[in-house]
Parts: sequence; structure tokens; C-alpha cells
Amino acid sequence: MGLKTFVIRRILLMIPTLIGVTLLIFALTQLFTPSRRAMIYVTNTKELNAIEEIIIKYHLNDPVYVQYYYWVIQVLQGNLGWSQTANMPVLQAMMQTIPATVELVIFSIPLTILIGIWLGVKSASHRDSIIDHLTRFLAITGYSLPSFWLGFMLISVFYAWLGWLAPFRLGYEANAFVYSKSFIRYTGMNTIDGILNGQLWISLDAIKHIILPVIVLTVISIALLIRVMRSSMLEALSKGYITMARAKGLSNQEVINKHARRNALIPVITLSGLLAAGLLTGVTITETVFNYYGVGYYAAHAAMRVDIPAVLGFSLFTGIVFVVANLIVDVTYAYIDPRIRLG
Amino acid sequence: MNIKTRLREFKAGMAPTIKELKFTLSRIRKNPLSIIGIGIIIFFVAVAILAPVLAPPPPTSRDPYMIPRDGFWSEPKPPSPTHPFGTLPGQYDLYYGIIWGTRTAFRIGIIVVAAALAIGLTMGLIAGYYGGIIDELMMRFTDIIFAFPGLILAMALVTALGKNLDNVLLALVLVGWPSYTRVIRGEVMRVKQEDYIEASRAAGCSDLRIITKHVIPNAIYPLLIIASLDIGAMVLTAAALSFLGLGASQGYADWGQMISVSRDWITGKPGQPFIYAHTFLIPGLCIFAFVLGWNLLGDAFRDILDPTLRRR
Repeated sequence: MGLKTFVIRRILLMIPTLIGVTLLIFALTQLFTPSRRAMIYVTNTKELNAIEEIIIKYHLNDPVYVQYYYWVIQVLQGNLGWSQTANMPVLQAMMQTIPATVELVIFSIPLTILIGIWLGVKSASHRDSIIDHLTRFLAITGYSLPSFWLGFMLISVFYAWLGWLAPFRLGYEANAFVYSKSFIRYTGMNTIDGILNGQLWISLDAIKHIILPVIVLTVISIALLIRVMRSSMLEALSKGYITMARAKGLSNQEVINKHARRNALIPVITLSGLLAAGLLTGVTITETVFNYYGVGYYAAHAAMRVDIPAVLGFSLFTGIVFVVANLIVDVTYAYIDPRIRLG
Repeated sequence: MNIKTRLREFKAGMAPTIKELKFTLSRIRKNPLSIIGIGIIIFFVAVAILAPVLAPPPPTSRDPYMIPRDGFWSEPKPPSPTHPFGTLPGQYDLYYGIIWGTRTAFRIGIIVVAAALAIGLTMGLIAGYYGGIIDELMMRFTDIIFAFPGLILAMALVTALGKNLDNVLLALVLVGWPSYTRVIRGEVMRVKQEDYIEASRAAGCSDLRIITKHVIPNAIYPLLIIASLDIGAMVLTAAALSFLGLGASQGYADWGQMISVSRDWITGKPGQPFIYAHTFLIPGLCIFAFVLGWNLLGDAFRDILDPTLRRR
């Protein structure tokens, strides 16, 4: 099987999963009475007072499969319903909050990958040394730490005590400036918009507010990476070609960097899917802890106040993001390792 | 044959098993982390069992899991002789909550993992053993559950079902079982190929007998390792849901809930940033230690039980 056929096959396999995702979300809507469910179809404030009409228009009293049909059509048109907590359509609320989340993730991913791989390699190449023990301890701590608790401790030290860093997305002044007319929000990401507007202080203020959430998000996802990188590296180091490389007289550094690490990285790629899941969950907790107004914060607060369309919309969104992320991971893996697509 | 020779034969037959067991125990002893893990778990088990002695519920209380309160003042109080760990916002006694929260943590971890394991094992055995269309349908269903990050699906489920601790448990079971199904299915498909299965089928064993006597004992180890790691993970996820306000109600002895209510007080007072720190530090430390204990234990199990890592 060539790479192209593999990709096509994999995309076709994704379709039933996506249908399944919509079925599951739809099944959740069935837990509510038609008049509560109607919120999932509302698109503007006028319709809020015409629930009866909505029920008839979208066949909410009809058999389940009829309802599913009308619901899927709505979803495909981008209508995820009316969010009462945001007082606007769910999709619009998510579009407004997603850039902040993307900003957070953009800072966190490179940190996670670089530090994670570096520590994993160090740990494996110095097996049973102090570095190895410390790294393993760090990884297992990262596994066991309630992330919101870590966030609280960081706020308590770096905000309440030292006053260096702060929660929220921006300080009071910067916030007022960003939402004024003289500031154009190109991307919705404050660090980038600050530079684009020539207002460096906005970027600096945004960085001051983003450091703590980035730390928490990184700690959440790094443990898994360290662990898998370490065992994959140990596996690679025990292979015959490493003995061969050493026998050729290569330096330890060369053996590790050029021979072992490259091969050890391949299995780690499959992990990216899990990392994506960790990030999606991580942003929900992290943003809530730091009152960082991104899509995770929005969803968590919607859940607290039982804003059903928002929660279901967000779940659908994460489901789709996750399925697509896994597709990308699989394709990358097949591209790098021919055994997968040929086997 | 007299009893002595039979005993000797039995001993000779058991020798490899005993040798392996001794080896396993020596591995546990040599691994300091697993000793720490076991120590932590034993400590929490003791606290959970002794809860009525360590923190006797007041005679008027109807539910021992409801933390007694000393007034209704919202500002938490620092530790004092009457409240050794201080009080939470709303004057709930922190010490009492910690002690009874241990029972809640075990309940969450063990109920969720046991239920998910039972469902996952049954489904995985059926899917792996019979294969075909049943297998295909089940695997597609697990795919759908896997298409969501666990916490987010659990969050949606709890929001839809109603916010309380029982629904958190239910949601975690619903989200958790597919991973067991996958693992056991893979193991069953491997074991199914073995000659001894063929032999027992030729000997006329029923499917049920083959599954219970031959398949399960040979397929269950990886599952037990995952389960012990999951007890910690489930407690952590439940705590996160409690933090998001979806778990136990206020005043219930649940560590996650206790951190969640102290949220508004984490920044302290001007000039005294750590004055309320006990309200989140102590319950958080408990969650951390509890989860760490299970993770260390699961890790040790994996190194010790996994035959590919065992002798390294």
C-alpha cells in the first residue's frame, strides 16, 4: 500500500467515527425534555421566546431518527445553539475564545516537546544515575499532581506573595486598551496582536499573564512524554546497531544523538494523539484555575451553570479536533515508518 | 501412595512457583519506590478504616460524610486546638473532611475501576473470543468513546445527568471501560492462538469453561497493572470534576470539593498571602499522596509482573 492509498483509507475510516461522535452527542441531548433541548437549535434572542415554534420546526416531538436528521443538518450549518452563559450563539462564543486557547497551546507545545525529549534521553542514557532518578521522580509527580492544585500554589506564590505574575489574560490597563478602538485584534492572540499593533507593552503584559498557565499545561503533558521517551530510548540503546556504532569507535555523544535518539523518536510520535487529548483536557482545567478566558474556561463555566448547548458544542468540537489530530498522527507515523503502511 | 510422597510431589511441583514468588518479593524489596507506594496505600487504608475513631461524627449528624461546621462565617480560620487543620470557608472542619475524605477517595477509585473493569472485561472477552461482527461493532463503539478526551466527555455526561458525586462515578465508569475492553481483547486474541486452547477445545470443554479456566488467567495481568494505575487516575479526574463544580456538594467530605470551595481565598489577605493556604494545601497534598501511592504501586507491578521487563 502506498502512502496515498493509506491516507485515503484512513480518511474514509474517520467518517464512521465522526458519525459516531455526533450520535453520542445527540444521545446526550435526548436526556432532556423537548423544551430544554430546544436551546440547542436557537440562533438568536428572538427565538428564545418562541420555544414552541422551535419544537415544531425541528421536529422535537418526532421519532429519534427524524430528530437526529434535523439536528445534524443544523450542526453542519454551524448552528450549535444558544449559549445562555455567553448570551450569544455557541459557535460565536467558541470562535471568540479559541484564539486565547491556541495562544496558550502554542507556548506550551514546544516547551513540552523540547524539555520532555531532552529529559527522556538524558534519563535513559544515564540509566540509574541521579539524573535518571530525578527525572523519573519528576515524571511520576507530574502524573500524580492535581493540576488545579499546582495552579493554586503557583498563584499563591507568584501572584499573591511575590506579585511577579498574574492570572487573567491581561492587566486592567492593557485590557482596556486592547478592547478600545485604537487597537486592532488581528489574531485574537494578545502577544502577537501587541507586536502587530506596535504596542510592545501589550505583548509583555500578555506574557506576564500567560507564564503560569503555560507552566501548568506543560507539567500536565510532559510526564507522559518523558516516560515514553525514556523507555523507547532504552529499547533503542539495547539494539544491535548501537553496539555496532560503538564498535566502530563513535563517541558516546554521537551514538546517542545520531543513532539511538532518532530511532527512539519514532514510537513517540504515536503519543502525540494522547498529548493532544491531554492538552484539550489541560486547557479546560488550566484556564479555569487562572481565569484565563479561553474556550476551556468558557466550557467549564458553562458546565457549572448547566448551559447545555455550550457543553455539548464544546464536546463535539473536542471530539472532532481529537479525531483529526489522530488522523494527522497516523499519517505522519506511516510517512516516517514505512513498515506501518506496508505491513 | 502415602501422604508423605504426595506431599513431596506437591512440594516439587510447587517449587518453580515458590521460586518465582520469592523472586517477585525480592524485586519488591529492592525497589524502594514500590515500598513507598505500598506504605502510602497502607497508611490511607488505615485512616479510612479508623475514620470513626480518628474523627468521630457529632452525635446529631445523620450522614458521617457531611463535614460538621462551627458557625457560618465565610472566612476560613487557621489551625487551632479545636480545629487541628483549621477550617474551610463556611467553617467546615478541615481535619474531619480530610479523614472522611479518605473513604470517599477509596470509594471513587475502587468503585469506578471495579465497575469499568467488570464491563470492560466482559465486553473484551466476548469481542476477542468470538470475533466477527460482534467484535467489529464493539470496537467501533469503543472508537467513539475514544474520540473524546476522557475528562471532557465525563464533564458533558455529568452536566447532562445532573451535578453530583454519584453521577461523577457513573460518568467515569462510562468513559473508562473501553480502554480495558481494548487491552483484554488484544490479549484474548493472542491467547486464543495458543495450543492449549486448541487442546481444551478438542477435549470437549465448553466455551465458558475455556474462557474462565484458560483465557482469563492468561490474559488478565496487563489489565491488573492498568487497573492499579487507574485507581489513582480516576481519583485525580474526579477531583478535577469536583474542582469544576460538578462533583460533591458543598460540605461533603471530598478532597476535590474542599479545594474547590477554598478557591476564592487562595490569594490571602494583603500582606499575608499565605494566611488561608491551609485550605487548599492540605486537601491537595492528600490527593497528591493518594494518587502517587497508586502510581508507584502500579509502576512496581509493571516492572515486576511484566515478563519482558522482569529479568532485566
